[in-house]
Amino acid sequence: MTPSRKREKGLVRPYVVTDGRAHPTRNTFDLVTLVIAATDRPLSGLSPEELRMMRLCRPGALSVAEVAGHLALPVSVTKVLLGDLVDSGHIITRAPVPAAQLPDAQLLQEVLDGLRARL
Amino acid sequence: MDSAPASDGQVYLRTTVRTAAKLLVVGHFAVGKTTFVGTLSEIRPLRTEETMTQAGAVVDDLAGVNGKTTTTVAMDFGRLTLSDQLVLYLFGTPGQQRFTRLWQDMTRGALGALVLADTRRLQESFDVMGRLEEHGVPYAVAVNHFDGAPSFPQEEIREALDLLPETPLVVCDARDRISATRALIRLVQYLQTRTATTSIAQERV
Repeated sequence: MTPSRKREKGLVRPYVVTDGRAHPTRNTFDLVTLVIAATDRPLSGLSPEELRMMRLCRPGALSVAEVAGHLALPVSVTKVLLGDLVDSGHIITRAPVPAAQLPDAQLLQEVLDGLRARL
Repeated sequence: MDSAPASDGQVYLRTTVRTAAKLLVVGHFAVGKTTFVGTLSEIRPLRTEETMTQAGAVVDDLAGVNGKTTTTVAMDFGRLTLSDQLVLYLFGTPGQQRFTRLWQDMTRGALGALVLADTRRLQESFDVMGRLEEHGVPYAVAVNHFDGAPSFPQEEIREALDLLPETPLVVCDARDRISATRALIRLVQYLQTRTATTSIAQERV
């Protein structure tokens, strides 16, 4: 039942760009968490992947999933890198659904209104 | 600047957007998920791929399967700006994979799911519906009409899919924007009725 530790190690190669980490420093990212780059941070010292992320996110807000899609990175890797960039102040996040301010019923009504308007 | 998308107009969200909602479009292979998402999306649909390794699989019930399991799972997704403040993301995802982490990631924060079905292969939808039920994701079923596929009375389809009486069933054409939008509307209406009846129970959350 327990997998071989050695074999597991060999399978984390996609995570080279994250220094082998599979989980972000914070667990706040949803696929639709909206992120945008801060404009007042120096880009020196960032890794090539982090630089690509900053360039992508500078012009405007995108969801975590869109960042992953545009950069052709797995979502898990994207979350790790975005987590680092949030920690360093380079990336600012907006919560996906601020549940406290926007109850489900209100959100559903807004979604419904928006869809109906497209008919 | 290799990473900045070529045409900027549609790529980024309006600066006024404050809320992102998520709906899933699930179903078996070749049922029309990618078409559905592409029909409604205002951006060119994007794809993300996740390599699920043995470590991920073992968390679920694949323990005992010999150790070479590496599966690439792809998700196609699109975006619809619904108002100045609100954007809706549609994730077209294969439902049959048994990877718990993937499902947790996909369903986290999702309002609900639209299950696409094909009348020629209805039995293949069971897996997906079972998975949604396990993860507590409410869903509606949309039969994607394929040219030449047999059409059955709704009651027969309901019976074949073993749907609960309250689960909405609609017929749609994933290639048609109006038809696909109507299917989503039916799903959201259903989600509203559920919210109304469960809001008291969820007050503690």
